Amino acid sequence: MTRTLGVVASAIALAGLPLALTSYQLGLLTKMLIFAVFAMSLNLILGYAGLPSLGHAAYFGMGAYTVGLLALRATDNFWLDFGAGVLAAGITAALFGLLALRTQGSYLLMITLALAQVVWGIAFGWRGFTGGDDGLPGIRRPAAGLPVSLDDGMRFYYFALLVFTAVTVVLLVLIRSPFGRALVGIRECERRMEVLGYDTWRYKYVAFVIAGVLAGVAGNLFVYFNGFVSPAYLSILFSATALIMVILGGAGTLVGPALGSAVIIFLENVVSAHTERWPLVLGAIYVALVLFAPDGLVGLARRLAARAAPAPGRPA
Amino acid sequence: MTFWTFQILNGVSFGMLLFLLAAGLSLIYGLMRILNLAHGSYYILGAYVALSVGRATGSLVLAAVAGTAAGVVLGIVMERVFLRRVPRDELPQALLTFGFLLILGDLSLWIWGGTPQTLPRPEWLSTSVRLGTLHFPAYRLFVIAVGVVVGVGLWLLQEHTRLGAMLRAAIDDPEIARTVGIRVPVLTTGVFAFGAGLAALGGIMGGPLLGVYPGADFEVLLLAFVVVIIGGLGSLKGAFVGGLVVGLLDNFGKALFPEFALFTIFAPMAIILAVRPTGLFGVR
Repeated sequence: MTRTLGVVASAIALAGLPLALTSYQLGLLTKMLIFAVFAMSLNLILGYAGLPSLGHAAYFGMGAYTVGLLALRATDNFWLDFGAGVLAAGITAALFGLLALRTQGSYLLMITLALAQVVWGIAFGWRGFTGGDDGLPGIRRPAAGLPVSLDDGMRFYYFALLVFTAVTVVLLVLIRSPFGRALVGIRECERRMEVLGYDTWRYKYVAFVIAGVLAGVAGNLFVYFNGFVSPAYLSILFSATALIMVILGGAGTLVGPALGSAVIIFLENVVSAHTERWPLVLGAIYVALVLFAPDGLVGLARRLAARAAPAPGRPA
Repeated sequence: MTFWTFQILNGVSFGMLLFLLAAGLSLIYGLMRILNLAHGSYYILGAYVALSVGRATGSLVLAAVAGTAAGVVLGIVMERVFLRRVPRDELPQALLTFGFLLILGDLSLWIWGGTPQTLPRPEWLSTSVRLGTLHFPAYRLFVIAVGVVVGVGLWLLQEHTRLGAMLRAAIDDPEIARTVGIRVPVLTTGVFAFGAGLAALGGIMGGPLLGVYPGADFEVLLLAFVVVIIGGLGSLKGAFVGGLVVGLLDNFGKALFPEFALFTIFAPMAIILAVRPTGLFGVR
């Protein structure tokens, strides 16, 4: 009951907020939604299947570069560009998954990082095609193929909200399905799932590719949002940002990563307004989180709630 | 002919720097199963501290000692104060050490600024050595010599001393090692400090060749990763062979295909991964 109320309340808030915000604040909220999609895509493999990745930016950036290159050099048709971006991210994930999922634990972290660095290296080095370090500026929001233009910040916000909602629903359905339950089973004890007759590799691989596709969706949105793409989109910093958002919000919870995205982007904005030392503060957040709230804000809230309302029959 | 000889020399000397970095990364992983993302930070910290101490005192020996000591102290603090409080699980460890990577990188930028700086090389190594008809820069030969000495020393230590035997025992099975009276926690701190010191030494040795600048911590960390992916985590031999392979590939890649320099490193890595996911000499 409270959960339904919470969903309805946040839906009303997200739909109604733009009317009360300045255009700058609206941009910030849009960015939160985009990174929420990015973090939620990572959460599918990290939170549910127990597969950590330090290279999730590869699929985010691959989607972004594909959209950017097509929009600048070929067509501004939304469906073609967006579809190609998602496809490129999916193909990259399908390829990298074959290599990365042969390993686990620390090796998996290292290998996903190194593979993402391959894509970063190409984007950085191939100046003639990708613009190198300078990136590709001047990417316009899609005009053709949509009923309304997305140039306006308010419209783009609602577009991002629509995509965010769609991704949330897709993930919710996936997680509640037998496929999602099997992923959790693999996270808890892969050996047991194998004994039960599950082809665990296939489950992990499919989850890995879906996560890549959804990261690509976030990358597509971000390139339209910024009108710009650079190798930073593929960097370890972006990969680690998704990771910290998932852990901060609470891995393996549906809304946790979205909460993590909102908190990190809000803090970045506040801190950057006062000092240039945001990386220092972000680093301190990483350290503090691991030491004091390893199960994230959702876990911290649960623990505090449990302390405030002790179980019946036990003295307070 | 001259071109190839010089490229090989450059590649081997760069490979020895990578070995200094990767050896610590690999040993730390072997003993503690910790993937230390802050390993590149010791490299730049060593170089920056050496730079400042060198300028203040005018002594390059003091500079090198101070730079290495900075890495050692930082390693001890990270291991004793922080990593020990975190569950032995790769994700919290990775996040914690990534936090340190950000903090140390930003602190260095704050203290030493954003301009790339080059460490001075000692007077007696600023010359060139004649071998046959070719003149080799003495400093690069010196770097190779230090790499080989460290490599041989580590190998002797690990294979032929009591300390090395204790280390191998703790790598194989920390529980059993403890029950036979090996003080694994002390060993752990020692290895962490030693690995951090080697990385700092790498930064000091590499400073005159590559310079030190913001972002160098990320760059060398990634190269060190490729080295241990190729060579295999937890293996000294792997770090040595992997360092040489990556040093040579990087150098030839940059000389022959400048636009795809990174590709010449990462493509062989992907092939090795496909054939042997734990690298050439990796444990588990």
